[in-house]
Parts: sequence; structure tokens; C-alpha cells
Amino acid sequence: MSVEWIEQVLQLTVQMGTVYLLASLGEIYAERSGVLNLGLEGTMIMGAATSFIFSLAYGHFAAIIMSIIVGALMGFILSILVVDMKLNQVIVGLALTMLGIGLSGFITFPEIRKNLLLRLNPYLPQEILATQQSEKLPEIPIPLLSDIPILGKMFFSHNILVYFSLIASLIMWFILFKTSIGLTIRSVGENPSMADSLGVNVYLVRRVTVILSGAFASLAGAYFFIGFHPFWREEVTAGRGFIALALVILATWNPLRAILGAYLFGGVETFQYRLQLFGLGAQSPYFLAMLPYIVTIITLIIISTESIKKRLGAPASLGIPYSREE
Amino acid sequence: MEELVSLRGIVKRFPGVVANDNVDFSLRKGEIHALLGENGAGKTTLMNILYGLYRPDSGEIFIEGRRVKIESPRDAIKLGIGMVHQNFKLIPSHTVLENIILGLKEVGLIINYKAIGEKIKQLAESYGWRINPSAYVWQLTAGEKQQVELLKLLYRDAKILILDEPTSVLTPQECKILFQALRRMANEGKGVIFITHKLDEVFAISDRVTVMRRGKVVFLKETSKTNMSELAQYMVGRPVIFTIEKKEVQPSEEVMVIKNLKAFNDKGVLALKGVNLTVMKNEIVGIIGVTGNGQQELVEVISGLRKATEGSILIDGVNIVNNSPEKIIKLGVAFIPPEPLKYGIIPNLTIADNLFMKAYRYKPYSNGVLINWKTIYEKSEELVKAFQIVSPSLSAQARSLSGGNLQRLILARELSGLIGERIPRLIVAAYPTKGLDIGATEFVHKTLIEYSRRGSGILIVSEDVEEALMVCDRVAVMHDGKIVSVFKPGELDIEKIGLMMAGVEIAST
Repeated sequence: MSVEWIEQVLQLTVQMGTVYLLASLGEIYAERSGVLNLGLEGTMIMGAATSFIFSLAYGHFAAIIMSIIVGALMGFILSILVVDMKLNQVIVGLALTMLGIGLSGFITFPEIRKNLLLRLNPYLPQEILATQQSEKLPEIPIPLLSDIPILGKMFFSHNILVYFSLIASLIMWFILFKTSIGLTIRSVGENPSMADSLGVNVYLVRRVTVILSGAFASLAGAYFFIGFHPFWREEVTAGRGFIALALVILATWNPLRAILGAYLFGGVETFQYRLQLFGLGAQSPYFLAMLPYIVTIITLIIISTESIKKRLGAPASLGIPYSREE
Repeated sequence: MEELVSLRGIVKRFPGVVANDNVDFSLRKGEIHALLGENGAGKTTLMNILYGLYRPDSGEIFIEGRRVKIESPRDAIKLGIGMVHQNFKLIPSHTVLENIILGLKEVGLIINYKAIGEKIKQLAESYGWRINPSAYVWQLTAGEKQQVELLKLLYRDAKILILDEPTSVLTPQECKILFQALRRMANEGKGVIFITHKLDEVFAISDRVTVMRRGKVVFLKETSKTNMSELAQYMVGRPVIFTIEKKEVQPSEEVMVIKNLKAFNDKGVLALKGVNLTVMKNEIVGIIGVTGNGQQELVEVISGLRKATEGSILIDGVNIVNNSPEKIIKLGVAFIPPEPLKYGIIPNLTIADNLFMKAYRYKPYSNGVLINWKTIYEKSEELVKAFQIVSPSLSAQARSLSGGNLQRLILARELSGLIGERIPRLIVAAYPTKGLDIGATEFVHKTLIEYSRRGSGILIVSEDVEEALMVCDRVAVMHDGKIVSVFKPGELDIEKIGLMMAGVEIAST
């Protein structure tokens, strides 16, 4: 194992982990305010699909912006169902995931994709209309810093979204724990009736955090596609949204700890692929296929068991709709 | 004197009841005004209207002479109104400071923990409280939590303070500290509304008193110009006897002996840390203590609902620890649970169903397969009369009964000896009068005393010290999972009992 090999593994670890980090950041905010967004996977794959189409039609910048808008829209839909109509968050979340997987599956059909692209941009050349891949986001190595052995590759030779995820983690940690906005969000997730009695608009806070979680999940999907693995196939995100959900719990709802957790998950996955190259260990597709169900069950256990909630430090009102009693 | 609050002709209807029927109420600057009434008299509803949680169906609200509309707590806070609810609205996993500043615009975006903490500390000290702003709320005692609630209001410069039954979770010492602070606030020109159903508190703290009964104001006077029996009469609607006659009977044999009992609570923390207690035949033993010191766990272990890890409970010599409730019931143990509507009955089943919830499996009410409804209804008829249950019909849903009647129903089921036609050997009553009006409370007390004189051993868990001293033959103080003292009423003064409840003083007996 050469230094180069190690550098490569570490770089991939961070790149892989960024998918989980981005998705978990928004989810941390939603759960801190008391709403579980189980639609993460569906939103993520919608983000991937949106970024695929728009990067072909108009390029990377449009792809990123549009995927954020699509994700925010899915968050908005979820917020109407679970915040205003107070439906069961688990059921609605899973439904949203199925919706996302189903809807994004359409663009797998070449004809549909071609029509869609032509409608967005009638002047696209034939080879773009037929392709299944898009151009990868360019890497922007940071001068000097990227020359540091090992660390340079690991942290300073990435595309823009990787840098963004790290900066966003820091900012979101600061907002959550040091500002009055963060205090409001955390209080709404702990005891909405108390927040309400002090004049906080519980519904508005929850709506904003859920929209945020949608936007981040979708951005994670876009990053996964155009920034990491730009080859389209159906269910391209393969349950990674559920891994992000598990990461939120592992990070105990803390954006800074989410960085460590994300790179841990990313590292495990990268290592697994690398070992395969040496013919060691077999990556089992069944494990990934099983993940959504396991993560859902674990999440359910956590939000419905008072003592586990307390021990993990989960927001006390996680998963419980708020309505003012009269 | 300047009027801070004036409520005129407030009407609020809920489905089936008029909670406030044309109510007038006023609060002056610098006064402590007690709002007295039984549970369900409409006190809390009236204050929730003032605090913007409910909207009145008709009536006017004036604050400092100006007519206002209060649509939400936010409006109320802007008008300088603050309310401490009966159940604290605090977030245990947040710090004192974070609880206090939530929702405040003046804090700005980035919270200056140091400066705000200093301000809170000074504010607390000016009322003689010692509160660490960066302590987590779960670390605080009930009394301190209440101080945080008050600080929340004071920090917002509230000049109208509403306290809903603030002493129900406090020890006598903590009450004293609270009363001193409230008096200070009144002297500073604030107005305090003190909701209570305890007469002695009215005289301990208030300047004026308004009595409510069945949604109406029936009495208003300066506190110094009235007396206890007059207030009680207006509150209940008839004269009340404050002492209970108890025939002296010599306790003869041991009914229940608890030895070194240990058990965990739901959070997996040791809640019973070696309880020792004996209940004799013909004797009422009361357990008092601040809620959450293991009382609930003890009752659950005795009734078979919770596993004990160590120790024994002998009932007539039989160890019942970790036995099923059915086995324990068959030994003659009756159980009166707290909060009848929640734990004592099935609200959607009929009154007759609920009366025979325990006995329906046994002869003569069932032949093992079919239920003998005729016998059940005949016997129900009898029980309803004997226990004075006021109900529309035996086949009405139990949820239609008032709190007092629900408790009567439970007493009838538990005590009438439906199984085996005998009186219970042991009666375990957990908070049997909590939330009941004076009439029903009286009935519960009388019934329990009667059964003890007829031969039952009785264990009562209560959070009302005066009740325990009045009804019980012996009183045990529970603190931190242990019985710290056992004494007879009259042996210790209330001051000392309070200290023992707070865990400050361990009795030398």
C-alpha cells in the first residue's frame, strides 16, 4: 500500500461522506424542531435526477440551483401534510420516498428523457440527448494547502460542494447552539406548547426546517450525481438517504459530529470497494437493499420509546404533531 | 386604587357546560388576589381567557383601564400579563437561561450568555433566590423550577402575574419562600392572581379573595374581613365540617409487612431504595412526600404492576412480590388508583361494566363462560345506592360521570367485596382525593375510615399533608425511595414534616 493509495482512499472517503453530510445537515434541523423527514431518500433521488437533466440542458450551476428548488418543494409538500394536517410523519415520509423513487425513474426511459431535454433546451445536440452520464463537477484544489501530503488530498482537493458542506456544518452548528434562532428551533422540538405560550410560531418554525431538510437532501442527491458518480440508472442513490437518517442519530443531532460520522460511513464504503479490487470480501447488494427497512425500524423504535429518546438525547417531541389544545 | 385588570361579563361555553357564566373580576395594583374555588369551578378557564389561550364567547377585558382584545399568549405578554401554569412549561434538557429568553426579540441573533446570565442572576437575587443560569432545568428542585417560571415572567417585565395552583408541588418551606417573593412583587406594584382551592393559602397570602362556584363568582371581599368557614361555605355551597370523627380502635394484627423493598423506575433508576413499612388491621397508614420520591413505584409493586429487585411484601404472611395482580387481588387487596379517568375505569364502557370489571369472572356473576347480566344489574343497582353514585342510568358510559362520582364508582368496585363477599384485607389508595371537590373528598375520607374500623388495613398515598394528618392513624414520610420517618398525627409540627419531606432533616426516631 503506497502513500498514493492511502491518499486516494482518504480523498474518496471525504467525497463519499459528503453525500451523507449534506443530507443529514438539513435533517438535523428538521428533527431538532420535532419533525421526522423520512422522505430523505426520495428527495435525494429527485435531486440526483434534477441535477442530471439540468446539467445536460444548462450546465452545473443550473443543476445545483434547480435541485435545491425541487428539494425545497418536496419539503414544502411534506410540511403541509405533517405540520399543518398533522398526519403520521413516518407514513407520509415513506410515501414521499416512494414518490421520489417512482418519479425519478421516468427519466431512465430514453424517449421520455429526450423529450424532457428538448423541451428545456431545443438546441441540444444528439449525443447529449442520448447520453446516460453528465459532466462531473470540476475539482478546485486550494493552492498550497492541497500540496500538504495526505491532508491536502483529503480536505483541499475537492469540488465546490464538498467545501460548502464543511462550511455549512460549521455555520449550522453555530446557529443551532449559539443564536436565538437555534434556541427557538430546539425549543420547538422539545416542548412546542411552551414555545407557543411564549409567542413562538411553532408551525412556521417547523415548516422552515422541513423545507430546509428537503433542500439539503436534494442538494446531497445533486452532489452525489454530478459531483461523485455521474452515471444515471434507476434508484441511483440506492438507499443512501436512509444512511443519512441513521447518521443523524449517530451524530446525536449535532452538525459538527455529523462531519465525523459522515466520513466514518464514507470510509467504510470506500474501503469496501477498494478491498474488492484486491479480491477480498464481497460487497453485498443485499445489505444496501435491506438498509431502508432497518433504518426505518430503528427510527420508529427511537421516536416511540420515551426512555431511549431520553438516553440518546433525542428532541422530546420528535415525531409528535403539535396542535394547540382548546 | 388603580385597577390593573378588569374582566366584565365574561362568558365561555364548552360543549355541554358553561365554564364561565357572566363573570366579573378585578385586580388592583399592588395586591395579591386569591381566586378560590373547587376543581371545575371555572378559575383556570377564566385565567386562560385573560392569558389568551381561550377566546371568550362574550364579555370585555380592560387592562389598566384600556379595553383590549387578547387573541393569543403573545398579545397577553405584550400587555404585561404572565402566567405560571400548573404543570411547568419548561424544557428539562435546556438551561435556565435558555428557558427564560426563549421567544424574546431583545436578545438579538447571537446570544450573549454571559451578560444575560448576569442579569438573570441579579434578578433572582433581588427576590432572595439562588439560581445558576447555566444549570440545566432537570437538575432543579420543584421549588427552583417554579422560580424559573416566575423569572421568565419577571424578565419580560410582566406586571400582572397569574399563578395556577402554584403550591401543589411544593414543600411547606418552598411555599414560604414563594409567598415572600410574591409579597415583594406586590409591593413593587405588580398585581398577583393566585388560583387555589386551599383555604389556608388564601389567608396566608392574599389581600382580597374572589370565590367561584360552577362558573359564577359568588363572593368577593377583603381577606381580612372574612373567615375560613364563610369562604368554605361559599365555595361548596353548604357548611363544611373540618374535622373527622374517628373511633379509636386498637390495631391488632399485621396485615402487610414490607421489608427492604427495592425497585427500579421506568428510566431504569433505583426508585425504591429499601422501603420498610407495616400496616396493621384497623389502621390507616398514610405516605406523604414530594411527588416523585418513589410513592408511585411503591404502589405499583404492591399491586403487582412493577417488579421488585429485592425485599419482600408479606400479606398475612404470604410474600406477594412479583406475583400477578390477579393473585394479589385474590388475597383480598383492593387498589384505588390515581386519576380515576385514566387508570381506574374504561371510559367507553358502561357504569355496570366498570363496576364489575374485577368480579365478572367469578360466581355468581358468571358461570365461567357466560356473564350473568341480570345479577350484575341487580347488584349494580344496590351499589349505586350504597355509594351514592349520581348517574343517568347503569348503561350510561362511565365517561359521563363527574370526577367525584367516578371515584365513588371505583370505591364501590374495590371495597364492596364483590369477590367472596367480604371486606378487603388491605386497601391501597393512591392519591384518592386528588382533583375531587370537597363533597366527594369528604365521602372518600369517611368511607376509608369506616372500612378501617370494620377491619381493613389501609395504605393511603397523598400529596396533601393536612389530609394525611386528619385521616391517618400513622403517617410515614417518604423521601428518595425510603421511608425516612413514621409518626402519629400530632407528634410532629408541620414545619418539621416539611423539612423531612424536603430531605433536609432525617428524624431521629
